[in-house]
Amino acid sequence: MNNILEVRDLKVTYGGIEAVRGISFDVPEGKVVTLIGANGAGKSSTLRSIVGLEKPAAGTIQFERQELVDLGTENIVTRGITLVPEGRRVFVNLTVYENLRMGAYMRNDDLEADLNWVYDLFPRLKERSWQPAGTLSGGEQQMLAIARALMSKPKLIMMDEPSLGLAPIIVQGVFDIIREINRQGVTILLVEQNANMALKAADLAYVMETGKITMSGTGKELAENDEIKAAYLGKSRK
Amino acid sequence: MSASTLAQHFLTGISLGGAYALIAIGYTMVYGILRLINFAHGDLFMMSGYFMIFAMASFPWFIALPVTLIGTVILGVVIEKAAYAPLRSAPRMSIMISAIGVSYLLQNLATYLFTALPKTYPEISFLKKIYKFGDLSASLVTLITPVLTIVLVFLLMQLIGHTKLGMAMRAVSKDTEASRLMGIKVNTTISMTFVIGSLLAGVGSVLYFTDRMTVYPYSGSLPGLKCFVAAVLGGIGSIPGAVIGGFLIGIVETLMVAFGYSTFSDAFTFLLLIIILLVRPTGLFGEAATDKV
Repeated sequence: MNNILEVRDLKVTYGGIEAVRGISFDVPEGKVVTLIGANGAGKSSTLRSIVGLEKPAAGTIQFERQELVDLGTENIVTRGITLVPEGRRVFVNLTVYENLRMGAYMRNDDLEADLNWVYDLFPRLKERSWQPAGTLSGGEQQMLAIARALMSKPKLIMMDEPSLGLAPIIVQGVFDIIREINRQGVTILLVEQNANMALKAADLAYVMETGKITMSGTGKELAENDEIKAAYLGKSRK
Repeated sequence: MSASTLAQHFLTGISLGGAYALIAIGYTMVYGILRLINFAHGDLFMMSGYFMIFAMASFPWFIALPVTLIGTVILGVVIEKAAYAPLRSAPRMSIMISAIGVSYLLQNLATYLFTALPKTYPEISFLKKIYKFGDLSASLVTLITPVLTIVLVFLLMQLIGHTKLGMAMRAVSKDTEASRLMGIKVNTTISMTFVIGSLLAGVGSVLYFTDRMTVYPYSGSLPGLKCFVAAVLGGIGSIPGAVIGGFLIGIVETLMVAFGYSTFSDAFTFLLLIIILLVRPTGLFGEAATDKV
């Protein structure tokens, strides 16, 4: 299998405190991969260092066999990686349409086809394309954050806690979209605290605890693992 | 006071206000994107005055003018790169102190290089040509200033509202990190803000000094502060606000002088600042923070 992303011995520290303590994992092309774990396990730090927002203390990050460590974020995203950040971070002062334009900032080609594509995926955004993003509901903002990321035509889309703070029915919608995007050929690396949903969606899953990867397997394997069930899925050990 | 005298003063006020507005835009744009009150902006405006003096000594006005504007833009961007960009991740107070430092640096540099004696500002003769309308008379620069201000503001609003660069500026002003995730070159975008602010300060400087005749190392500090007040009055961060604030302060100041209260005209401007901060801290057009979390 062809790995689009390979992370080896990644360490991230904040002022001497190790948030990520030497993790290695692969993201195979065309798959949905998830990193699950509790708050503070180092999941977000991992995603942030892949996209160049944090500088790793050690380790390598290869995307399509090219080293990303030491490259600036602007450079990394032009290679076809994008991050839907935690907390959505849409530009509240820009309209929905302008947010999508910003998602395609690096592109100089015609956006029409891709605008139609994301408007098809998210009809709500089309209805509200002239509204400031700050007036959207939380779920709509999450949809916009994903749509904005898609506008860069990414090969790999990383999502940091896309279900956080959303009502269960909307969470279901987000995961439906994740599957749909993946079906259309985009590789997905998903960080989630909602392990139940994430494992269902994932082809491959890694469990992070206090900066280390402690377990890995297919989504199905981990979903059936007793320890995982007890720790993350809220089910008691048999 | 007769109606025509009043109208005459009003015209002068509008003209002064136009120059103030152009400078106030520089404050408001930099604040919008960096949350920085660029205290050096008034001194940049003063340096621009000196650039014009030296440019006019060697070139005809139509070459001296672009040379001055380019010089002002370069100085503005150099200030940003040297004194503000390295402090991007420092606490906001540090960058503000750096701005105060640059302000004094420019004043002292000008004193050192050009002496503290006022230098005569060159005359562009056609700008001083007097036009008469009935009882009213005004030099061309007085008439041009408000018109030029409005044209430039209109162009600027188009740029901010409808171009990719303008959208990127607004995006960076709200969320730098998310902007980087879009591939926006944040440093370039910030520099462009300084380019625009400095360019307008350069234009404002020509319009302002043409009516004032002299430049000295401190001639940027009081107008700079007044334009800052104009920006706060209009709602700092808002471009239309800065323009209205600029015109308002220019007109009020001129009318106070006309009515014989010239001693108090500056004091009034700053009294206005205090009142605005007490009564309506977000200014006339300032946005209240209503972002959804």
